[in-house]
Amino acid sequence: MSYRITGNTGEWEIVVGLEVHAQVVSEAKLFSGASAEYGGEPNTHVSLVDAGFPGMLPVLNQECVAQAVRTGLGLEAEINLFSRFDRKNYFYADLPTGYQISQFAHPIIGKGKVLVDLADGSTREIGVTRLHLEQDAGKSIHDQDPTRSFIDLNRAGVALMEIVSEPDIRSPEEAGAYLRKLRQILRYIGTCDGNMEEGSMRADVNVSVRKPGETEYRTRCEIKNVNSIRFVMMSIEVEAQRQIEVWEAGGTVDQETRLFDHVRSETRSLRSKEDAHDYRYFPDPDLLPLVIEQCWVDELKAALPELPEAKRARLEQEYGVSRYESSVLCVEQAIADFYETVARGADARLAANWMLGDFFAALNRTGRSIEDSPVSAEGLRELLGLISNSTINGKIAKEVLEDMVETGDSASAIVERKGLRQVTDTGAIESSIREILAANNDKVEEYKSGKDKLFGFFVGQTMKAMKGKGNPALVNETLKKLLSE
Amino acid sequence: MSLDAKTVTRIARLARIGLRPEEVETLGQDMGSIIDWVEQLKEVDVTGVDPMIGTGLAKPRLREDRVTDGDCRDKVLANAPEREGPFFTVPKVVE
Repeated sequence: MSYRITGNTGEWEIVVGLEVHAQVVSEAKLFSGASAEYGGEPNTHVSLVDAGFPGMLPVLNQECVAQAVRTGLGLEAEINLFSRFDRKNYFYADLPTGYQISQFAHPIIGKGKVLVDLADGSTREIGVTRLHLEQDAGKSIHDQDPTRSFIDLNRAGVALMEIVSEPDIRSPEEAGAYLRKLRQILRYIGTCDGNMEEGSMRADVNVSVRKPGETEYRTRCEIKNVNSIRFVMMSIEVEAQRQIEVWEAGGTVDQETRLFDHVRSETRSLRSKEDAHDYRYFPDPDLLPLVIEQCWVDELKAALPELPEAKRARLEQEYGVSRYESSVLCVEQAIADFYETVARGADARLAANWMLGDFFAALNRTGRSIEDSPVSAEGLRELLGLISNSTINGKIAKEVLEDMVETGDSASAIVERKGLRQVTDTGAIESSIREILAANNDKVEEYKSGKDKLFGFFVGQTMKAMKGKGNPALVNETLKKLLSE
Repeated sequence: MSLDAKTVTRIARLARIGLRPEEVETLGQDMGSIIDWVEQLKEVDVTGVDPMIGTGLAKPRLREDRVTDGDCRDKVLANAPEREGPFFTVPKVVE
């Protein structure tokens, strides 16, 4: 099922590559001892190195290097033991030195891959070209004054990982799935918090179009700084449509940088052509080449947490959950951990059902996350235990869960308080059923003359009479027996 | 060799340096002779020799991931041509 856009001259295929800027989780900045924490009073998380004072020298933060290596391992990528920092030269008010320190010719991480899951159940591999370390710029604030821009350098010099994908993406859906998967991996490893609202993950989107079957790529445009997965998907659609119109009108697409305006749902040219990028990269003479040891890489690898794909496979194998269930349970480590706490010592399949169903519904309803869940994993496990040992039936359990969310009481306390214990006394069940049958003589006759569907009616009436507490299996069994008398 | 006016203007623009027309010609000649001088290096055969970045004798010193600096806004802003409260200010730049 390939994604195609239909133009006036037939179908078009889209080709997309993403450059993701992911802010590295670290205490201090990439080359200075100033805090890398988000926010803070303006210009307080700034050292004289970050402010580009003369004579200040950058000193590389080892943890940022470790974070890049960990991420590379998570992307099953080549780790380059030799890498180097280059200066990317351009002038902008929020870049005090007049250059960004980046890695151009020799990035720390080479080719890797990301496996993405698509809605139709298929899986695609998206290639990663490279990952390199670089500095973030400061922040320009344009809305405080009619003639001036305000500059806050708190972010200047914070470590970023630029993760460049191959042009392997063929639909907006794949772009979204790639970003979600990448964010999941980064969050699992703890190298980026993936918070797109705070700008700790942003994407530059490279888009081109071509006719199905063409083997060469046509000219691409780069949409800068898109800050949500939804906008990335929208911008691809809008930009592809624009390019198709240009080609179909007999024009050619110019390679340029564009901006996505989600309000107007259009992309606009960002930089004029005479300003075409000429960054004049050269090796930063303030920094020696970075050489790391294989044994250090091995240490970092040994200390990595279980990654999403491996966790999924293990949950499927150990607990017998389906591929769909494992994908939902592994979206975040905290959810998977919660599930495993419930599933150990409970019916694992039942646990998956309840997590994905009533439990997530309760979280949504209360607006809570798994971390501050109103019901603990142990609490949910106790509830499921009461179902498994026939203390309560599934229907009553839903009621108990709601009560647990409401009051914070334990499942067994609620069952006792409300007298919800399931009736397994066959005598009591039989007498309830006899009353129902006696009161519905006409229906009993109909049933006996072949109207089988009425069985459900009798079950419903019995359960109602027993306030939902009848053991469903026993009710069924007893009903069958008495109706065939 | 002299650099042509177009190249000189482009280099000046990239460096955000404003040039008067007569300077374009003088600078073209100056830069041309600098390049000629450096080009003497081409006489050396470096086939099979890796470009030298640093001496190769030292490894970079790395820093621990600890906050040891910052919180010095007055110093940071001391040389600002213009400021407003805690911010640097510059002529409005909006793309």
